Amino acid sequence: MPDIRVPFRGGGFRPEARRGTGIAVFVLLLFLIEWGTRAGWISNLTLPRPSDVAATLADLARSGALWTHLLPSLSRLAVGSALGVSAGIGIGVLIGLFSYIRAGLVPLVAAIFPIPKIALLPLFVIWFGIDEGSKYALIALGTFTPTVVATYGAVDNVDRGLIRMGQSFGLGWWSIVRKIVLPGALPGILSGLRVSLAIGIILLVAAEMLGAQYGIGAYILQAGALYDLERLFAGVVILSCLGVLTSWAIGKIEKRLLVWRG
Amino acid sequence: MELAVRGLTHRYGDMVVLDDVSLHIPAGEILCVVGPSGCGKSTLLRMLGGLEQPDWGEVLQGGTPPEGCLNPLTYVFQDFALLPWRSVAGNVSLVLEDHRLPGDRVRAIIEDVLARTRLSDFRDALPRQLSGGMKQRVAIARALAVNPAVMLLDEPLSALDAQTRELLMEDLVGLWERQPFTGVYVTHNLAEAVRLGHRIAVLSRRPGRVREVIEVPGPLSERQTGDPELEAIQAHLWGLMRDEAMAADQELLDA
Ligand SMILES: Nc1ncnc2c1ncn2[C@@H]1O[C@H](COP(=O)(O)OP(=O)(O)O)[C@@H](O)[C@H]1O
Ligand SMILES: [Mg+2]
Repeated sequence: MPDIRVPFRGGGFRPEARRGTGIAVFVLLLFLIEWGTRAGWISNLTLPRPSDVAATLADLARSGALWTHLLPSLSRLAVGSALGVSAGIGIGVLIGLFSYIRAGLVPLVAAIFPIPKIALLPLFVIWFGIDEGSKYALIALGTFTPTVVATYGAVDNVDRGLIRMGQSFGLGWWSIVRKIVLPGALPGILSGLRVSLAIGIILLVAAEMLGAQYGIGAYILQAGALYDLERLFAGVVILSCLGVLTSWAIGKIEKRLLVWRG
Repeated sequence: MELAVRGLTHRYGDMVVLDDVSLHIPAGEILCVVGPSGCGKSTLLRMLGGLEQPDWGEVLQGGTPPEGCLNPLTYVFQDFALLPWRSVAGNVSLVLEDHRLPGDRVRAIIEDVLARTRLSDFRDALPRQLSGGMKQRVAIARALAVNPAVMLLDEPLSALDAQTRELLMEDLVGLWERQPFTGVYVTHNLAEAVRLGHRIAVLSRRPGRVREVIEVPGPLSERQTGDPELEAIQAHLWGLMRDEAMAADQELLDA
């Protein structure tokens, strides 16, 4: 009789949901910083106390200053990225569908993509004015390029077999685009949107630092100039929350629109 | 409707895939096309339905499609080609939507074809929830919905297990008995060929040429697996293909 149990060699290499782990790491880190700043092995010139940052945030909310900074930022982000993302999806789909447009625009997009958009802000100020216009344009351009690249990649990846199927049943060109290409490209477009919106937030802050009276970026800049670490970090916390929130919202949209992926 | 292929020759780059293939598919008959893998069966089928253009030769159609036929030449694909974001009923309705039929007519057609493929209970299921056999039944239902004159089937059962294949073969025979269609059925499975073909065309290895066209006697509904007459035909086919298949297996793909 064989008497040695066959050892288990499988398993692993597969991400699994681990609820609460993220929060635990976060809380632990905050706790360590709080402890360090209170005990003195983190100097208060290096990092502010988390509890002080929380108090600053609470003050900010109570005095209403939170909204005077947050609302302009949110509307800039919304308008700018709505412009950039919708243009990006439109152009991306056209690049995916038409060879001439692809040949003409892909090199252009590749040329625009690596330019740090913030370097163009002075130019945008001249073109679109010192007010909201230049900020919208900056965020729009910044979200446009990654959206284009993600979108035409997603259109390229649509199963050609499904398109042939559509043709074999005599579906019209527009039907094929609407009912096969666009839904098939949607997962790729949505995951590109995550990247685009994160870039949008980065550009939003940069634009506000260079010229705005209100906005999270302006708030952080003022705090930094006074070396007010509590306020600086309060601003950073707001930005992080904004990032987590947009990512969560896209996750929700994916869950709703992509039920078919299971 | 009937189909004819005359002198079809096609190459991809320098590789000749089909060499002077001529075939005739009379109305209401199923022609099975067998041959070693890579001999150009799928290419031939794509040309039959107008999805690809041959370098030389032509594909001809004759006769008029039946009343109410929305898409005379209709495919059933090996990989099913279902839209994963549409339900079973949605996948069927996809091929009806461009024809501007009244809504109740569309609903009636969907009901009818789902009933004929025994899918009525699954009309709202998504493809990912279905087994392979059910997915192929959805693809067959979709093909039936346009009331085709000719069905072009490219290894429709190859992705399925043996038991499911047996069941679906009976389904296909049943559908043909109910309403005989002209069919071209590509397969590398000789048992399928003798069960479903009125005639069987044997292609050589690449470049694909017609080696022989064999008549299979007897109505489809009376054919059984294990029938000695069919077994004999199958053995004859295997005799024709054995050396070709072996040689095809030894070939480098890009040589
Ligand atoms: N679109 C294509 N471009 C280049 N080569 C192709 C293409 N389609 C098929 N081939 C090649 O042509 C040969 C025949 O292919 P196919 O018709 O799919 O064979 P079968 O269906 O009989 O297995 C194969 O060697 C395949 O690699
Ligand atoms: Mg094939």
